[in-house]
Amino acid sequence: MSVSEDIVESLVRNKVEFVTTVPCKQLAGVIEGVENSPSIMHVPSNKEDEGMGLCAGAFMGGKRPAIIMQNTAIGVTFNTLSSLTQFYNMPLPMIISYRGEIGEKVAIQVEMAVHTKALLEQLKIQTYHFHEPEDIKDLDSILHHTYMSRKPTAILTDSNFWGGY
Amino acid sequence: MIRSDIIKNLIPVISDELVVCNIGLPSQELHMMDDQPSNFYMLGTMGLSSSIGLGLALTQEAKVISIDGDGSILTNLGTLPTIANNPADNFILFIVDNGSYGSTGDQPTYAGQKTSLAAVASACGCENVVECQAEEAVEVMKSALASDKMTIIVCKCASGNIPVPVIELDAPVIKHRFMEEVKKKNS
Repeated sequence: MSVSEDIVESLVRNKVEFVTTVPCKQLAGVIEGVENSPSIMHVPSNKEDEGMGLCAGAFMGGKRPAIIMQNTAIGVTFNTLSSLTQFYNMPLPMIISYRGEIGEKVAIQVEMAVHTKALLEQLKIQTYHFHEPEDIKDLDSILHHTYMSRKPTAILTDSNFWGGY
Repeated sequence: MIRSDIIKNLIPVISDELVVCNIGLPSQELHMMDDQPSNFYMLGTMGLSSSIGLGLALTQEAKVISIDGDGSILTNLGTLPTIANNPADNFILFIVDNGSYGSTGDQPTYAGQKTSLAAVASACGCENVVECQAEEAVEVMKSALASDKMTIIVCKCASGNIPVPVIELDAPVIKHRFMEEVKKKNS
């Protein structure tokens, strides 16, 4: 089974019922899986902060939300993460393609990769880095931890995790 | 009429509904005039009232009204295609269009100049878009609530503000009491 399928299965197993996505090539398989999953409502968003607003509404509607996005967008979500997700104590797992790590083919992607962990650390966001495909085994407990703690968490998934692309 | 007049007139119509209210003066005005658990006040995050409202409307049964502004919609213009393509018939987006960024000193917005938000919403694929004047707001809102169809209302009004106190409720308290209200309405 592919890691994309593993991620979707973990979302379903953990009763994540509302997922918003902004595309990335690495995430294509997960996005397709989310779209085809009967237990997940998939609402694609045009920008990541918009998606976080949708997730806040879905959480208050009683559903477990998640966002799937690329690391290059972390900067534009700063205000939303701090003044909505964190300020109101809302859970939000962020499954993030970690572009610009070892194995990257496009030089420009490295520019945001070098800032990614520092930005997440600046917001004191609980951050997990999936480097090997078997790191997927932690996703169930990370999702559980996210909803328990009512905080955002970042799950960075790098090129090696996806087996190159 | 200015925004606070519209909110005051709308209160008897929307008071029993779930209301997600835009950051700044709109939330402060609603809080001052009709504070209650069914109001979700945005203390930050300009632009996301419509997104929060849509997410809420899509995930539970009760009606949801997002009170937004022209400046906030322009900040998050991508929200309109998302709303159009994920229709929720329990959702009403009420845009107070005073052609200005009211909470920051009434600087003019493009919606008060060449840009028509009603035309933008229609072009994005929203099916029930109503542009009205401030005096018509109550009737238009009543019709939208009765229609059981997702409706986008662009309510034109004059720019201007009244003095209002800051909201001192803690954000998790606002969220908690609002979520209890959501549960109650869905039980």
